[in-house]
Amino acid sequence: MNTSHAINAFSALSAREVGKFMRQKGRLFSALVRPALWLLVFAAGFQNVFGVAVIPPYESYIEYEVYISPGLLCMVILFNGMQSSLSMVYDREMGLMRLLLTAPLPRWYILFSKLMAGTLLSLLQVYSFMIICWLFDVDIPLVGALTALPAFILVALMLGALGLLLSVSVKQLENFAGMMNFVIFPMFFISPALYPLWKLEEAGAELVFMAAQYNPFTYSVELVRFALYGQLNWLALSVVFGAFVLFFSLAVWGYDPQKGVIGRSKAGG
Amino acid sequence: MQSDTALELTAVSKTYGTVKALDQVSLAIQSSQFVGLLGQNGAGKTTLFQLLTGLFNGDSGQIWVCGHDIRHHPIAALSSIGVVFQQPTLDLDLTVQGNLKFHCLLHGLSRSEAEQRISSELERFEMQAVRYLPVRSLSGGNQRKVELIRSLLHRPRLLLMDEATVGLDPESRKALVNHVIALCKERDLAVLWSTHIVEEIQQADRVVVLDRGKVLADSSPGELLAKEPLCGSSLSDAFLHLINLNKTVGVVHERAC
Repeated sequence: MNTSHAINAFSALSAREVGKFMRQKGRLFSALVRPALWLLVFAAGFQNVFGVAVIPPYESYIEYEVYISPGLLCMVILFNGMQSSLSMVYDREMGLMRLLLTAPLPRWYILFSKLMAGTLLSLLQVYSFMIICWLFDVDIPLVGALTALPAFILVALMLGALGLLLSVSVKQLENFAGMMNFVIFPMFFISPALYPLWKLEEAGAELVFMAAQYNPFTYSVELVRFALYGQLNWLALSVVFGAFVLFFSLAVWGYDPQKGVIGRSKAGG
Repeated sequence: MQSDTALELTAVSKTYGTVKALDQVSLAIQSSQFVGLLGQNGAGKTTLFQLLTGLFNGDSGQIWVCGHDIRHHPIAALSSIGVVFQQPTLDLDLTVQGNLKFHCLLHGLSRSEAEQRISSELERFEMQAVRYLPVRSLSGGNQRKVELIRSLLHRPRLLLMDEATVGLDPESRKALVNHVIALCKERDLAVLWSTHIVEEIQQADRVVVLDRGKVLADSSPGELLAKEPLCGSSLSDAFLHLINLNKTVGVVHERAC
């Protein structure tokens, strides 16, 4: 594979994903409505219930809306990552996966191109949601849009890689609902997206607190939270990067021909 | 391996659990040869195609495509293969042009080269009129034609057709067979045409009969029909005779065990 081949293949795969996103007119809308509801309804209702003490990276007391916005930005990425898993399963069911896997390209490159295309879509949705936050006077620093960009990319790669890995085992589109229940919601709720983790510890929810420590989404939220204020949380960066490498490696392994992940679906003769 | 050998398999086996899908399959196809792979449902044809396209690896044996070992040099091998799968693999939401261009870019063609080849192939198949139509709006026969056109865009030396006529009416099926036979001679293309419909491979240079993972016969239709006790029978009768004979041998073998 030479450079021009790599570029052409990447542009083809990206254009297809972006084109599909553009054709699904309701997808951007629903991707934004979900976190917007959390921001405008949930946050408003719980504004006075959750008192947030001064914790890094914040230098003073903040509004609850400000606290949950990094978590909601990550929620947008999480849903898009899982959506890319759905797209892989769809391609497998429609037979398109065979076309991709029989292209003269290294398998890891095909998966990485898919991942990058998903990341591109995540960024589009994240920045759209950020605009909504600003429109509703959520106090996210303007410069945060720039300083958090590398964090958004890394988190999108990590959650997209998780989606790819899940697509190895999710055999049918119908199983996506199960994935929502067993992956998306636990990852989101057992994390500091909605409340600081010390609150869990203080409430005596030791098990949930422990689970949150092993949840890569916890570190995604923290990485973005610090990055929005121009700071780097090294622990979060290491965990998110490590999780990305692990998930992506496992996904590439899962798509190995010897494992035969694409299955013998509809094989006739 | 001869230089004009497009495909060579030596003692390829594949097992799924306790089922031996392919058992010591060996065959070779030269350039310009149209080889029919005849087998009933479950004979192992699709498994063989999955191995030939690198979707799976075999348990043993070797597969060479234009001199490249598919297991160790899959990219070089895949560059030489065009394939039409049994299951449709078109993106129904894209236009014909979109699908063809996507394939060209995956195969490393430049955009201008892609446009040029798409135009000439569509013209050859008299499909220019549907170039910008969504694939979803095409008939089954035309969708198959688009898949065939797509498989030829990167100028492969080996064309694999895995039960490509499934779902087509007899007329479209015949037209597709004739197209491929013509291409085979025009472009020195080696073709492996998998089917369970005997009529499709009447004009084949060679017929390979596969049953329960084993090659039962590999010869020209004429040679196959000249053998006793197939002498004077039709290709269809000869095929059924071989399959029944293999069943009987299997039953005797099982009893002996």
